[in-house]
Amino acid sequence: MTVDKPSAERGSADSGHTVSPINFRIDPRSGVPIYLQLVNQVNHALRLGHLRQGDQLPRVRDVVGSLSINPNTVVKAYREIERAGYAVGRPGQGTFIVATPRVTPAEKLNGLRRSLVRGWLSDAIAAGLDHDEITALFTAALRDSEIAIGSSEPGGTAQRDGQGEAVA
Amino acid sequence: MSVIETSGLGKQYRDIWALRDCTMAIPAGRIVALVGPNGAGKTTLLHLTVGLARATTGSVTVLGGAPAGSLWALERIAFVAQDVPLYGYLSVAEMLDLAANMNRRFDRRRSESRLSELGIALGHKVGKLSGGQRAQLALTIAFSRHPDLLVLDEPLSGLDPLARHDFMASLMIAVAEDGLSVVFSSHVISELERVADYLVLLSGGRVQVMGEISELVAGHATLSGPPVDAGRIAERFAVVQSQRAGRQAQLLVRTGNGQGALPEGWDSAEVTLEELVLAYLREPSACALPGPALVGLPSPKGTTA
Repeated sequence: MTVDKPSAERGSADSGHTVSPINFRIDPRSGVPIYLQLVNQVNHALRLGHLRQGDQLPRVRDVVGSLSINPNTVVKAYREIERAGYAVGRPGQGTFIVATPRVTPAEKLNGLRRSLVRGWLSDAIAAGLDHDEITALFTAALRDSEIAIGSSEPGGTAQRDGQGEAVA
Repeated sequence: MSVIETSGLGKQYRDIWALRDCTMAIPAGRIVALVGPNGAGKTTLLHLTVGLARATTGSVTVLGGAPAGSLWALERIAFVAQDVPLYGYLSVAEMLDLAANMNRRFDRRRSESRLSELGIALGHKVGKLSGGQRAQLALTIAFSRHPDLLVLDEPLSGLDPLARHDFMASLMIAVAEDGLSVVFSSHVISELERVADYLVLLSGGRVQVMGEISELVAGHATLSGPPVDAGRIAERFAVVQSQRAGRQAQLLVRTGNGQGALPEGWDSAEVTLEELVLAYLREPSACALPGPALVGLPSPKGTTA
């Protein structure tokens, strides 16, 4: 299963000057499967604009060489990113970003943040909740609303969370 | 295609069975970790696979059905033994000459370019190399034969953490480039999850656990809850390991395809590969084998399927 991609990449092995915009890192203690850590880091980089359309993801060979991880793990992560619609694998060249997630504009984010601080958060603090209680309550409420919205989310190429539902 | 297939494989040294009733089929293209306590039969299994030992019972074939030890198989398998057997009084270049003369397939250019990437000079005496460099040289010679299957016995033992990382990185790059299958034995279970995708756990000369690591991890869970219900849990799942405190019981169980609803007050947590391996090592009577592998077992012992 691993054979097609890595051997396809060998053809471009000598064009080693193409540097990928991102580097991966692994947290062995996080408990998150390694392929999912890679997927999450790509999603994160897409959101922050560190990865843009046309960028090449690090070559499988380079990732396994620097992190000393199983090539199948990297291939699995890249397949996941391809499946989400963000990247495309080109035989003999590598994996390239073809779409980016919908990014919420900064002013919109700032407005939401302000209303959260002035509204719900100040109520919660006034009610005497501490940091952990607030976090727990917010997380629980977020989960409730996600369940309420449920599968009404459109087909999901342009918007994807990468927080764990990608496991399937 | 199975890269290694054994059926009722056993090896007896004098009156001791080093390996017995070993039936397995390891798919190609995997990086297989072979773990188990000292004396579990790891080296014996590897020696039988590469043709350095002859089976007492049963059979072993490699690379899609070739008898282990046959000429065809020997040309396609590279083996690095535990003590990294190299000639200390030779120079690196002479070591390569020797390897080139002793093998029908040997890619001299590849080995020289790898060694120069690693900063190992051809003029150096092999005996003067560091442990990490010796391991890299042995690995280089193994790769340069372009094997379909690479077998390594305890490749990491005696290497410092940096040398271990670099050695594994070299190995992973070769897998990415060549798509070869790898089987290695190891005691370092904390690093297995990074590199291996298939696990074979031997204990007391028998296969105790075997399978795709992702499936093994997904198919086990740690359940914790009130001790009164522990018995009911144990009826539903194969319990690998159980620990009880006053108000809480903790069971590492094999859930297989799903755990369904748990009794009131019980929680389920994912297991790591390390927890899983340690639990099985502590409970040699528990076992987890894929269905077909059980068929050939002449004496099914406590199988928890």
